[in-house]
Amino acid sequence: MTRIDAKFAQLRAEGKKAFVSYIMAGDPDITTSLEVMKGLPGAGVDVIELGLPFTDPMADGPTIQLAGQRALDGGMTLNKTLQMVRDFRADDDTTPIVLMGYYNPIYSHGVDQFLTDAKEAGIDGLIIVDLPPEEDDELCIPAQKAGLNFIRLATPTTDDKRLPKVLTNTSGFVYYVSITGITGAAAAQATDVGPEVARMKAHTDLPIIVGFGVRTPDTAREIASVADGCVVGSAIVAEIAAGKSPADVLSFVKGLADGAHSA
Amino acid sequence: MDDLVNSFMTGPDEKGRFGIFGGRFVSETLMPLILELEEEYERAKTDDSFWAEMDFLWKHYVGRPSPLYHAERLSERLGGAKVYMKRDELNHTGAHKINNVLGQIILARRMGKTRIIAETGAGQHGVATATVCAKFGLKCVVYMGAHDVERQAPNVFRMRLLGAEVVPVTSGRGTLKDAMNDALRDWVTNVRDTFYCIGTVAGPHPYPAMVRDFQSIIGKETREQMHEAEGRLPDTIIAAIGGGSNAMGLFFPFLDDKSVNIIGVEAGGKGVNAKMEHCASLTGGRPGVLHGNRTYLLQDDDGQILEGFSISAGLDYPGIGPEHAWLHEIGRAKYVSITDKEALEAFQLCCETEGIIPALEPSHALAHVMKIAPELPKDHIICMNMCGRGDKDIFTVAKHLGFDMSDTEGRTAD
Repeated sequence: MTRIDAKFAQLRAEGKKAFVSYIMAGDPDITTSLEVMKGLPGAGVDVIELGLPFTDPMADGPTIQLAGQRALDGGMTLNKTLQMVRDFRADDDTTPIVLMGYYNPIYSHGVDQFLTDAKEAGIDGLIIVDLPPEEDDELCIPAQKAGLNFIRLATPTTDDKRLPKVLTNTSGFVYYVSITGITGAAAAQATDVGPEVARMKAHTDLPIIVGFGVRTPDTAREIASVADGCVVGSAIVAEIAAGKSPADVLSFVKGLADGAHSA
Repeated sequence: MDDLVNSFMTGPDEKGRFGIFGGRFVSETLMPLILELEEEYERAKTDDSFWAEMDFLWKHYVGRPSPLYHAERLSERLGGAKVYMKRDELNHTGAHKINNVLGQIILARRMGKTRIIAETGAGQHGVATATVCAKFGLKCVVYMGAHDVERQAPNVFRMRLLGAEVVPVTSGRGTLKDAMNDALRDWVTNVRDTFYCIGTVAGPHPYPAMVRDFQSIIGKETREQMHEAEGRLPDTIIAAIGGGSNAMGLFFPFLDDKSVNIIGVEAGGKGVNAKMEHCASLTGGRPGVLHGNRTYLLQDDDGQILEGFSISAGLDYPGIGPEHAWLHEIGRAKYVSITDKEALEAFQLCCETEGIIPALEPSHALAHVMKIAPELPKDHIICMNMCGRGDKDIFTVAKHLGFDMSDTEGRTAD
């Protein structure tokens, strides 16, 4: 059982929805980014998604693209991202951390070495945008063997015929992408998302967490109410980009978390 | 041994791989689309009416077959091998790109798509896409790096004349790879009505195989024309490589002819060295995953993608088609690099000896011909792919040669 599984079991027992937040590792610099990360659980975040910067983030909108560029310009690397996780783990051994990014930095590091390093650093799960089920042999299956969850994205284009294939090697939770598009784009609509979550529930017992297009406490509540929780990324990253202090960023996050938890 | 075991022409496998290269490294939103495209392409491949439409348009719209031309004065000047040029620069729109675009647009129409998107570097693929979209009355959006918009202004204007929307890409570093990122972002957003027309033999399966098949008309014609002209196969075939579509098109029909030497020429920029001022993915890169496929990439130790550098906007891409990566690893084709300076010299020699103004891309192939031809015997036949004409490049070349285009008396600058 990973920290992710334990967290969702606990939330389920408490009848609570999950609030998942995304920040980019090393944005705008490692010190600030680590300070924000350490404050997330206190602000009500149940699961932390930590972005691994990449030069070519094909599924991301401008907000997260620029966050990645700021991190890379500041010298962020995969090894430094793992070190950030170790530093976080020094004070917190329970909050689940999901590393989210693209395959090439991991492939370049070497898959086996990466899995050893990630597990040791305290990462619990992976979301790798450019690894669909057709490429499961690359990382998904080795990761599960190494005891890491591999969380898959399901999208509005994942039809019923394809859904079982997407769910087969998924663990931890399912990340439902509320829109066809990139991060930070159109607003998610609970009326669209509700039936989609129900469609997925017919195929899996895993928690369904909805992301893309959630920006305000109200949307967080609406979306969480029709799913097992929601993710906010770009809206938080935009606060960091605006130069807000970690305390201000965390108070923004708390508003979103309260929204999701009130569902 | 079984012939199939010995064939280099059976790839990709069912996972879209050439050896370890290729694959389908895309987000889930796009996965159903590329599976649908693969199905549609498989159907079209064996559908006579599809190829009848292609053949008709290739002949009457593009002007195929393109000539195979014996470059007599150039051969004489080099004093060795007999040099032929496959004249794909004579195609409508001035390059080989339209061979592939026609195929993809006909497929898009069969799939009921009404909006076409494309990425472009030098602008040749963008112009070809805008052209075919105009012909069929389809909406066309072309993503082009902001830096390329600036250095390829004539092609930007052409695309706009043809009714396309040209979107200057400022994300990342504003180059061809960023244009491809933005095209993918558009596709993920407009999945239902949009077809992504990729301009090279890269991207997720089935694109590398599909684009190769459409471009293979180059190699097929070359085989026939060479038999007519010389009664035999060429000894060496040479083509320039950015993503590698003109090269794959020439090479593919010759892969199983063991007597034919195959040489791909990458853009060496200022020289293939540690400073990465080049685009030679095979010579200076290592395997990685980008834009839907595993291939050789220019990247740093952390797996971050590096920018290429070349005088030629059409070769300025940090990757290369996966089939080339495979041909390189198994040794069936040889890959070399040519610097900007060498390409410029070849450009000038071609103008002077043959009356052909080549694009900077095939000038790289020609520069390698200049290197090897003098040492080869007179009965050695080289065929290089003249894949584009140089009209679009005259401003760049003028600048490098120190010629001031605004000076009507033709004085040189400085």
